[in-house]
Amino acid sequence: METVNIKINGMPLSVPKGISILEAARFAGIEIPTLCYLKDMNEIGACRICMVEVKGARSLVTACVYPVNEGMEVFTNTERVRHSRKTTLELILSTHDKKCLSCVRSGNCELQALCKEFGVDDENAFAGETIHYDFDDSAAHMVRDNNKCILCRRCVAACDAQGISVIGANARGFDTHISSAFDKDLAEVSCISCGQCIVNCPTGAIVEKDDTDKVLAAINDPDKFVIVNTAPSIRATLGEAFGMHIGTNVEGKMVAALRRLGFDRVFDTDFAADLTIMEEAHEFLDRVQNGGVLPMITSCSPGWIKYCEHYYPELIPHLSTCKSPQQMFGATMKTYYAQKMGMDPKDMVVVGVMPCTAKKFETKRPDQAASGYPDVDIAITTRELARMIESAGIFFKHLPDESFDIPFGESTGAATIFGTTGGVMEAALRTAVETLTGKELPSVDFKEVRGMKAIKEAEYDVDGTKIKVAVASGTKNAKVLLDKIKDGTADYQFIEIMGCPGGCINGGGQPIQHAVVRNFVDLKARRAAALYDADSKNKKRKSHENETIQKLYQEFLGEPGSHKAHEILHTSYVPRKKYN
Amino acid sequence: MLKKISTIPFRGTPEQAQRLQAVIETCKDDKSQLMHVMQEAQEIYGYLPYEVQVMIAEGMDIPLEKVYGVSTFYAQFSLSPKGETNISVCLGTACYVKGSQQILDKLSELLGIGAGECTPDGAFSLEACRCIGACGLAPVLTVNDEVYGKITEDDVAGILAKYRS
Repeated sequence: METVNIKINGMPLSVPKGISILEAARFAGIEIPTLCYLKDMNEIGACRICMVEVKGARSLVTACVYPVNEGMEVFTNTERVRHSRKTTLELILSTHDKKCLSCVRSGNCELQALCKEFGVDDENAFAGETIHYDFDDSAAHMVRDNNKCILCRRCVAACDAQGISVIGANARGFDTHISSAFDKDLAEVSCISCGQCIVNCPTGAIVEKDDTDKVLAAINDPDKFVIVNTAPSIRATLGEAFGMHIGTNVEGKMVAALRRLGFDRVFDTDFAADLTIMEEAHEFLDRVQNGGVLPMITSCSPGWIKYCEHYYPELIPHLSTCKSPQQMFGATMKTYYAQKMGMDPKDMVVVGVMPCTAKKFETKRPDQAASGYPDVDIAITTRELARMIESAGIFFKHLPDESFDIPFGESTGAATIFGTTGGVMEAALRTAVETLTGKELPSVDFKEVRGMKAIKEAEYDVDGTKIKVAVASGTKNAKVLLDKIKDGTADYQFIEIMGCPGGCINGGGQPIQHAVVRNFVDLKARRAAALYDADSKNKKRKSHENETIQKLYQEFLGEPGSHKAHEILHTSYVPRKKYN
Repeated sequence: MLKKISTIPFRGTPEQAQRLQAVIETCKDDKSQLMHVMQEAQEIYGYLPYEVQVMIAEGMDIPLEKVYGVSTFYAQFSLSPKGETNISVCLGTACYVKGSQQILDKLSELLGIGAGECTPDGAFSLEACRCIGACGLAPVLTVNDEVYGKITEDDVAGILAKYRS
């Protein structure tokens, strides 16, 4: 690798040629502050926070986009640099709605953190004209408050990286604002609700729609039996909201916290993930053996589903008809469990804790009410759960480890890995291969479909039947596979698609990590590692070994793919337009 | 300045659509031609309403929001149709010091629309322009192709009356 010799704050060092000053400074152990910079996604030098002094340069330069060259001398912390950054922050604040006391991002706001760091003691230094923007709370999953927007365009970059591009910077100069085409509300455009814009926003300008009040109201209603279930990835991320290391598995403390919040039952969405595998593997084998539409594509990710409906409605027949684990869970509660408990499903409230903002949209979809009542009443994100725990005064870190309630707390390792890209495919293969061959797998690890590669492919020989699979996460990557299906060059039988890059562990509802973490830490891999670790430690690693699932089929559903299973656990999709 | 989006129903003809499609056909493999296509579209339709921008977005395979972003960034693109009568007030230096802003304000008040907008019945549109090279007649406005010079605020109502049917 070619290197160049530079000096940062007088310290000589040798760094790879062509990298930015920002990256080079990290070699010297110096973090240059940024607001708009997202590595490989938003390198536009717009916010002017990362200004540094370069010897001989006419003016200060933006470290995020300025490449190092031989002999360069950089100063990151001079009086001039500090003054520039402080002035920039004061200017940003001049149009920022400074509702910091109650802002949901207070304490986790990148702008707030920088203002503290640079001693911005007069937030009204440049007070002047401001434009008032109305909230856009039209969508089921989020609220945009442009009064808090600092025009860093990170949300736009996130939307572009998903291949959606329904938001962008419109108008110019002082009137510039982030919105959709013709300033339509988000609910009117083909947003897929993935929430990647939210996790990339440095301030409180974009937040999930908060449904915690509804949850608390249900808990406080003595006539309601409130069941909570937590998605596979929540245990791998919730700890981050309480300052724990990325990739810490907090399943036990999470269960303890939910119990202390007052839920009547604390169950695991993992149970329903196992159930999904039973139905999906059966559906897949049925399609293979009976000439059904192939490749079959997984349907667990509601962001992906909405993407398919808006952008590839002609491929809807490829979608598995299986409801997502969240919805299968709710449907099972309000039919089988209600019957077992002698309870009217109308008195049940099912709450999902999800890594995902699209899950809020999913609960409101048609054909998701097996009992006649909505399968799931409320979906909250990991962040909302963290806020509930915090405001209830629960010392999360000091909680004992507790176990899920029985029977729907039972799950296998196959279900746990649903939370990361490739996990559903691996779980499905474990069950499908054993079902097809009737023999026990020598190893349950399908390592070819693991990892953070955008698109993964693998081919398996199952007793003479060749099964070729593909896995994609992030809708822009999914597009590559979908175009192959459309032009007839896809020779896969089974495809897993997750709407968010990396799968649910990087979902739009997960704890927000500042850009500096997103840029320089492999967030996705670290979170995923916690799930693979949990899988490897589970005595049962195949969904069909879940005894509660076996009992559910014996007592209630019959067989996977039965008429009753279809009525309760399967759904339908609606073609939507890209532009209305 | 924030552009107002017209609520006047789109009245595009199949001929216009055909002309736009022909332009798109020659440009669709080069996304950098977006501005050119938008300029041609404005030539054809007089403005860039939703329906036209969707045609461009789909034809060029560029997200609609990107097209809209460009249309709201550059002053040359209009989101409002031209009225049957288009009034253009010069805000160039000479006219401006002679009080053309007051004339624009008066027109705005009488027509009930701002600069860059069209009346709901499609009869009048109003715009501000830069120097038209008739500084000796300042302040100047043009109505369609007719030039009116050395006008005062009091003349405005009379000029409008000539064009009201």
